[in-house]
Amino acid sequence: MTVSFLILAILTVAGTAAAMGLRNAVHCVLALTVGFAGVAALYLQLGAQFVGFTQIMVYVGAVAILAVFAIMMTHTPTPVQLPAYSPHWFWGGIVAAAVFAVLAWAIRSGTASAQALPPQPDINVQQIGDALMHRYVLPLEIMGLLLTAALIGAVVIAMDRKEEPK
Amino acid sequence: MSSLQSYLLLSALLFSIGLAGALTRRNAILVLIGIELMLNAANLNFIAFWRFGPTPSRLTGIMFAIFSISVAAAEAAVGLGIILAAYRHSRTTDLDQMNSLKG
Amino acid sequence: MILTPQTLDQIFPIAKHWLLGFVPATAQPLASAILSVVPILIAFPLLFAITTWLERKGLGRMQNRLGPNRTGPFGLLQPIADAVKSLTKEDIVPITADHVVHFLAPLVLVAAAFLAYAVLPIGRNMVLVNMNAGVLFFFAIGSTVELSVFMAGWSSRSKYSLLGAMRAVAQMISYEIPMVLATIVIIMQAGSLSTVSIVDKQAAYTGIFPHWFVFTPWGFMGFALFMIAATAESNRSPFDLPEGESEIIAGYYIEYSGFKFALFFLGEYLGMFATSGLAITLFLGGWSAPFSFLTWIPSYVWFFLKLLTLIAAFIWIRGTLPRLRMDQLMNLAWKYVLPMALINMLVAGIWHFMPTGPARWLVCTALLAAPCILLSLALKRKKRFQVRTYRFAE
Repeated sequence: MTVSFLILAILTVAGTAAAMGLRNAVHCVLALTVGFAGVAALYLQLGAQFVGFTQIMVYVGAVAILAVFAIMMTHTPTPVQLPAYSPHWFWGGIVAAAVFAVLAWAIRSGTASAQALPPQPDINVQQIGDALMHRYVLPLEIMGLLLTAALIGAVVIAMDRKEEPK
Repeated sequence: MSSLQSYLLLSALLFSIGLAGALTRRNAILVLIGIELMLNAANLNFIAFWRFGPTPSRLTGIMFAIFSISVAAAEAAVGLGIILAAYRHSRTTDLDQMNSLKG
Repeated sequence: MILTPQTLDQIFPIAKHWLLGFVPATAQPLASAILSVVPILIAFPLLFAITTWLERKGLGRMQNRLGPNRTGPFGLLQPIADAVKSLTKEDIVPITADHVVHFLAPLVLVAAAFLAYAVLPIGRNMVLVNMNAGVLFFFAIGSTVELSVFMAGWSSRSKYSLLGAMRAVAQMISYEIPMVLATIVIIMQAGSLSTVSIVDKQAAYTGIFPHWFVFTPWGFMGFALFMIAATAESNRSPFDLPEGESEIIAGYYIEYSGFKFALFFLGEYLGMFATSGLAITLFLGGWSAPFSFLTWIPSYVWFFLKLLTLIAAFIWIRGTLPRLRMDQLMNLAWKYVLPMALINMLVAGIWHFMPTGPARWLVCTALLAAPCILLSLALKRKKRFQVRTYRFAE
């Protein structure tokens, strides 16, 4: 539990808690961006450089912006401020706390005792590329197909079908 | 508490925060964000196990995390498209008001 | 110390090692980081000040007028006057604006713009961090700039600024893909994501001619596409609809005044320098000299000369071309630049597998020129002129 891990953990948890707790939706997404950046920094600390930079590029640079665009386009300025939480928020919180309790108990009682820290694996991008092209080529192609389908599907679903001007 | 356990506890905490948000928020987009947070927590778990695992040179954790990030991005795009289409129909993103199928 | 060309070339690393000798061993990593970062923090804002003067004088001359010539000889003290003005101007924040986000937006922009300089090799052995995935880091940081643009526009709670922000974010997202695709060609040929190794591959000479990637058909096309995308990413003319003064009254930074406006200006220009620096690293050979008999000039001098040339090209294009409308801009991105970038990747693959000789030059140039010409003709033919209707007041 080094100091850098503690700082990053506090930053990430604060960002994600604010993302799920704030009232204004755009503030939520901006706090979420801080949370994502914290997770990316944790990846960098664990030595997974490629995943960390991909996390920033995809999540901060694309998913967060997609979310704010969606909030902008679905924003109805209502005269009365709607409540931000559903009426069953208490039981939702209980369920989430129960899930965390079970997971924490499983982690603490696991056999991962205080072992010696393994040496930092020396991974360069070339190895990742090799793996993607040799061992994981089928998931790569399926991922390409999935992303194409998702792209076309999202455009078709969200398209504004106006009538042809007469 | 070893280093691996601290990373796993952090990812469990992130997962439960995302779950709490997905269960309690009214805005459909924020529910989707909660789901993204849960996926992030799972990715962190993968990378932590890759780092502290027996053979980090096999890159399994990194590969899974990369594919998981791609799938999450695709799912976020389609989900937000669906929310936009639903908004165009019912003029609201409030999930508690979309209960016309309720018995 | 003997003043050979090699020593002059390595003067900054040598000075840094000499200064590090005075620091105790425990503080050495921190001191090394500070000693590497401070020159970047000094040099590039200084370049920003020089560029504002160059731009105003250059644009003025192109528009048949003198630029600023009151403050100092030839207006050379104009940047200082601008700095004093922006520091002493009143900072007006609208009362309905979101104060926290309004304050953070220019800071995020400037921080992201400065972070991008970490992977640019400014000279031989003069890169801040030699990252294995350097180019990926650059693009990851570049994608956070869009978020700060959105924060600026949304927090001002004004219709013009929100409209400008949405347009700017849409434009930046659309042009990010061709920029990455144009870079992938270079990564394919160089075989590495590290900027240092990309420059090292270009620092060789056959005869007197260098091995820069821009002197190949796919490299030239990639360079052209990258510069188009970089101009759009920095919101420069002819792609500056989201921030043009005559269109949308300065778009997403309408409600900013004084020092925050200067910070936005600084962030935008720093982003422009960073993308130019990446273009130099990827296509124009980084710090290597254009001819083999000119290698006695230090490497950082070549980097800054190339950077100044690209800045002059940016200013020239700004003064020459008219502004593109938003739909024309998006059409250009998705219907022209993106297909050309994909075709460029195909041609680079063909280049790699053909044997060396004039045959592959001919084949690749033809394979690139034909779609370029055909696409431009196809896009031009689609111009529909509307029937002119007149509306009179009742």
